[in-house]
Amino acid sequence: MADTFRYRDDAPHEEPAITLDSFIEQPGGASAVRVEAGDDVRLLVPYLDQLQLIEIAFPRFRDGRGFSSARILREAGYTGELRAEGDVLIDLLFFMRRCGFDSFASQHVLNPDDVEAALNRYGNVYQDATDDAVPIWKLRHG
Amino acid sequence: MYRYDQYDQAMVDARVEEFRDQTRRRIEGQLNDDQFKPLRLKNGLYLQLHAYMLRVAIPYGTFNSEQMRKLAHIARTYDRGYGHFTTRQNIQYNWIKLDEAPDILAELATVEMHAIQTSGESIRNISADQYAGAAADEICDPRPWAELLRQATTFHPEFSYLPRKFKIAVISSKEDRAALRWHDCALRIVRNAAGEEGFEVYAGGGMGRTPFIAYQIRDFLPAQQIFSYLQAILRVWNLHARRDNIHKQRMKILVHELGEVEFRRQVEEEFQTFLALGTDFPQAEYDRIAEYFTPPPFETGLSDDIDRSDPAFALWVDQQVVAHKAPGYAIANISLKPIRGIAGDISAEQMDIVADLAERYSFDDVRATHAQNLVLPHVRKADLYAVWQALEAAGLADANLDLITDIIACPGLDYCSLANARSIPIAQKIAERFENMERQLDIGELKIKISGCINACGHHHAGQIGILGVDRKGTENYQLLLGGSGAEDTSQAKITGPGFDEAGIVDAVERTVERYREIREPGERFLDTYRRVGLDAFKEAIYG
Repeated sequence: MADTFRYRDDAPHEEPAITLDSFIEQPGGASAVRVEAGDDVRLLVPYLDQLQLIEIAFPRFRDGRGFSSARILREAGYTGELRAEGDVLIDLLFFMRRCGFDSFASQHVLNPDDVEAALNRYGNVYQDATDDAVPIWKLRHG
Repeated sequence: MYRYDQYDQAMVDARVEEFRDQTRRRIEGQLNDDQFKPLRLKNGLYLQLHAYMLRVAIPYGTFNSEQMRKLAHIARTYDRGYGHFTTRQNIQYNWIKLDEAPDILAELATVEMHAIQTSGESIRNISADQYAGAAADEICDPRPWAELLRQATTFHPEFSYLPRKFKIAVISSKEDRAALRWHDCALRIVRNAAGEEGFEVYAGGGMGRTPFIAYQIRDFLPAQQIFSYLQAILRVWNLHARRDNIHKQRMKILVHELGEVEFRRQVEEEFQTFLALGTDFPQAEYDRIAEYFTPPPFETGLSDDIDRSDPAFALWVDQQVVAHKAPGYAIANISLKPIRGIAGDISAEQMDIVADLAERYSFDDVRATHAQNLVLPHVRKADLYAVWQALEAAGLADANLDLITDIIACPGLDYCSLANARSIPIAQKIAERFENMERQLDIGELKIKISGCINACGHHHAGQIGILGVDRKGTENYQLLLGGSGAEDTSQAKITGPGFDEAGIVDAVERTVERYREIREPGERFLDTYRRVGLDAFKEAIYG
């Protein structure tokens, strides 16, 4: 793991994440879960209160399932750390933040200046997501 | 037409800078080609056989003279003096240099244009009826909804790394001029018994190597809920599509594998989630957008008479001019299918002339069609002769709309790195064979569509006569298909049998047409005859 970027104020939760399957077999033990692409994150919804870290795998940057998984978790009320792990490239970060990810563990070395630029490129957004950005239609109508 | 406000402008300006930065990182080696590819594709930049190709979005096929002139300028400055209108109502340039691409995007942004999401695994530019706002048969202008969805689907954070491309079309008439049900998601605006506006929603259509006609997933969706419903469709697909085989990742495959009933069930369930989130755009935003599409100030009291004393003009009127909703006005189609020309190609000089005509005679409004032609949507009937004269002088006055020489053809092996065979010369040879105008008129409506590979950009599945170029042991071979339609009577063409070489396919088309002329009943189009008698009656004529 080359690089981690974190956008949370609380202390990092360093418990090793277990697989979603293991967690579902014995819910109640762990507070950190790793979700593979293709896993059904809705299985975690009853336990969101006890989870402090959910790591979502991006095995290939082209595989966008993790964007939906992240939004589903946030929409269900999850407030813990949501980490994107794997083939995480700079040009995905803005969309990831909008879908509720608040930390990134990329397998690549990411230039912090480029990360900052990518996250701040767009001043506004066209649609609601799970971040608190105000969509343009709302700005237009006050 | 829609005009950008400061927010829309800031969005495309930021996009230009983002792409400039991405290109820099590619050139500096921070991005490898595999990583850069999806980024350039999301900006419409493909690597073709000879050079980069840039596809510029023309949202719902509507643009104005200033934009057309900018497209001409780009053709002259950055390309070889011409552009190519596509089957998705876009325009593409074939000879682009990578390091100039950011500058071209910057030029486009100055006239409220872009190349955002014109390729790659994203929600593509939304297509619509090219007669929107002018058609006598529409229940409302579909473009405000198309524009609302353009904004809603631009840089959508959840759906920017989709399993494959995703194409949306919107119309609001019974007659389908947009190949509606060949799209991943197709919307037809309707009114229910209470007079409320809503959508018939179709899902899971698409061409490519595994063609499917979209099925009706909703017969009435309240219009204000369309973004929720669309997101529900996209989420079901994004989560459950295969990711292991690029040829099986389009939504049509998932719909087919889950079945229509189960797909609908999952979409409806996800729809409830999105409705609860309240992400739909409010009525006020629809109203703001719709304001831009209020009808132009049509004059009243105009005559509907057209002086048909010039026979060449009268022929053009009969073939290219269509009824308009406003008395005294007409819709004028401009053919980009001259015999011996290249389907959809237009020179920079011709673009400038069309821009002038649009500005002077059509309320500054031009349309691109999925059949690779152009439209001046609002021409006074009294001005048609002047328009025709100017088109005639520019080599744009062919009178072949929907006739056998109005052929859709993809760029094929002359340009495209995916192609197995050339399309352009086949289209040209067929057009030459049927060049005689009396013969074309006798044959009547006959839509030929040619693709140079199974990806079907030339819509061969929807051709009344379709032609598919394949590679057969190193030589180009052409399969003949019959009976397809991209209109409201949507159907998928069927392969007749063994393929042909380049000369053979032209002969086979001619034998097909001659058989139709022998057996047709009065008033029957080719497609009607085909549907009445079936494939076998034609096979015999084709293969002897």
